[in-house]
Amino acid sequence: MSETQTTYNYKVVRQFAVMTVIWAIVGMLVGVVIAAQLVWPELNLAPWLSYGRLRPLHTNAVIFAFGGCALFATSYYCVQRTSHTRILSDGLAAFTFWGWQLVILLAALSLPLGITTGKEYAELEWPIDILITLVWVVYAVVFFGTIAKRTVKHIYVANWFFGAMIIAVALLHLGNSAEIPVIAEGFLTPRSYSVYAGVQDAMVQWWYGHNAVGFFLTAGFLGMMYYFVPKQAGRPVYSYRLSVVHFWALIFTYMWAGPHHLHYTALPDWAQSLGMLFSLILLAPSWGGMINGIMTLSGAWHKLRDDPVLKFLVTSLSFYGMSTFEGPMMSVKSVNALSHYTDWTVGHVHSGALGWVAMVSVGSLYYLLPRLFGRQQMYSVKLITVHFWVSTIGIVLYVASMWIAGVVQGLMWRSLNADGTLQYSFAEAVKFSYPFWSVRLLGGTLFLVGMIIMAYNMFRTIAAGTAEDAPVLAPVAQHA
Amino acid sequence: MSDFTHDFWNFYIAGVALVGIIGCALFLWSQGSASYTIGKTTGHSWDEDLEEFNNPLPKWWSWMFYITVVFSLGYLVYYPGLGSFPGLGKWTSVGQYDAEEKAAAADYAPLYDRFKGMAIPAIAKDAKAMEMGQRLFRTYCIQCHGIDGGGKDGGFPNLTDNDWLHGGTPERIVETIGNGWQGVMTPHDYLGADTVRNLAHYVRSLSNQPGVDAARANLGRTAWMNSDCFTCHGTDAKGNPDMGGPNLTDNIWLYKSDEATVIDTITNGRNLEGGTTTNNRMPAWKSFLGEDKVKLLAAYVYGLSNK
Repeated sequence: MSETQTTYNYKVVRQFAVMTVIWAIVGMLVGVVIAAQLVWPELNLAPWLSYGRLRPLHTNAVIFAFGGCALFATSYYCVQRTSHTRILSDGLAAFTFWGWQLVILLAALSLPLGITTGKEYAELEWPIDILITLVWVVYAVVFFGTIAKRTVKHIYVANWFFGAMIIAVALLHLGNSAEIPVIAEGFLTPRSYSVYAGVQDAMVQWWYGHNAVGFFLTAGFLGMMYYFVPKQAGRPVYSYRLSVVHFWALIFTYMWAGPHHLHYTALPDWAQSLGMLFSLILLAPSWGGMINGIMTLSGAWHKLRDDPVLKFLVTSLSFYGMSTFEGPMMSVKSVNALSHYTDWTVGHVHSGALGWVAMVSVGSLYYLLPRLFGRQQMYSVKLITVHFWVSTIGIVLYVASMWIAGVVQGLMWRSLNADGTLQYSFAEAVKFSYPFWSVRLLGGTLFLVGMIIMAYNMFRTIAAGTAEDAPVLAPVAQHA
Repeated sequence: MSDFTHDFWNFYIAGVALVGIIGCALFLWSQGSASYTIGKTTGHSWDEDLEEFNNPLPKWWSWMFYITVVFSLGYLVYYPGLGSFPGLGKWTSVGQYDAEEKAAAADYAPLYDRFKGMAIPAIAKDAKAMEMGQRLFRTYCIQCHGIDGGGKDGGFPNLTDNDWLHGGTPERIVETIGNGWQGVMTPHDYLGADTVRNLAHYVRSLSNQPGVDAARANLGRTAWMNSDCFTCHGTDAKGNPDMGGPNLTDNIWLYKSDEATVIDTITNGRNLEGGTTTNNRMPAWKSFLGEDKVKLLAAYVYGLSNK
């Protein structure tokens, strides 16, 4: 242990970690509500409770509130510990916490009120966009500033991914949210127009949309994986070389993949081709992360038997591998012609969002929480195991039902009678989907129940523990 | 027509795409041939126990990466992707669409040819034609008119009751489906609330609705003759198919028949440009479906009321 009395700033990590669980429950509850609305349309009780307004609330809450808080918590923890230094500035770190919570609160108010730019995953209006920019720039300053004052020579691989995520998300947000405010509409009911029009608007939107997946939900969470998997497994990362290759290849190719969201549209053919090809090339760089994570466990497989935290982490990597195989396949134009606009896409997204993003976050939080509150382990390890099985069953029900519904929808929509007319009216595909939407609702509810179990376990752990900041460790090399 | 405003962008796109794809392979090759020591760490260490093995890239993984690169380069030779280079296959999405349209036309035209010389009442008696017409109807028409053609309250006409807004002859049905209609009722709020109410009582008296005040209905009849109602609904209120004005005497209602709704209809009108309801607008189908399918649909709709 180090002689120095300096500690890591765990306060901001604690704040973000607790809010991660809270926002997960809120965001997933909204998800369960809209899943129920698809089964029982009567549940669209009021305009502000209607599917059209709650759906963007769900996506924003799970991606930016739950996912965002998870990224802040883990990146602040990781960057301090692997840089062997306290965070650059406690004040700026606190600003990112309260600023981000304010963004979430404003989203939760404005989206149900129908205030939206109409751009998927970028619905928030211009005053909130400005606040996001401010918080994100400060986040970058805190993160990179902490790296700059590190006391070790090398930058740990997890920080490459967190850093790439921070830079890319700044770029994406500024690029896609470029908009002209309608000042006359005022500040409280803001409205704006995108600076792009027509197919350029669509292209910029999906450059943003796909890279929100690629950087926010992939690169950032790979950073999480690179810290917490080797830590929990107690094993070195499988291959440094593989992490170098897949890091650079991943961040380079993801930037090109957006056009696969616009196959068979007004987007020029050449752009569609490039979007598809770079999505295919993306398969290997994506799998690099999965291989590096799973192979890190070689020699420690026995730990999987009784370590539910490791179960979460390894399962998340399996879902990551599955989704990043499925994604490139769905970007192939002839496959996309069947899958696009169906529930298959919804299933694909959730195998990534629940299976990968949520599970790796949950695993990382179960590692983090006892350490943040001065405990040896969570209040109940058994409840972690229960959480693991409940959520795994939930995901399988969710994804499998959406696969079946999606593929059959695609087949029904395209099947023709001998006279060239459609064999099924749209409503017939809806009728077919009903039972699967019920199964999806069940799967989503199970996943939500898992998060509630986690919240209980978390609060019991907090109640039994005390908030403690660990002392900054001197790098090993300085001892040697 | 080129997608690019200047030739520079054409070369720029082709250049960065090729450099990007080939660069991936070169980078993979350079890293794949770097030295490694299986089972030994790189010597770097963080946070007590975080280390990295200096293991080589998995061979199968590298091969998978190379294969996607080679496939992509081959794809770009055959398909469009490198700026305005069309690819050796000369494939375009527009070309594919046109080819599918042409193939479909060749496949299905003979089915419709049979009905070309037939009159619509005769087609309506042809089982095969009605089967095809029903499929078309269920694809394009049921969203407004319902699966059985029974319509829906709120401006979606019933097609089975032999009551016609725009005329029920075969020719008029073809015209309605082919060219569409804008079923507009103009607002009459300028008449004042009391007169509008009198008109509502008069209109409702024509089909013996409950709760009609005879005195008001009488005043309403005078108001009817003094305003412009008859231009669309006729002096006898039996409608005018040339204007699309509904018959008000037959107890068939596009909107509800209660007093409040009728007052609302007269006061605010229906289906105005920029108004809150835009129902009762029949789209024009001729340019989308073609005359053959319009004719078959007309026969199906004709058959719904002329069994």
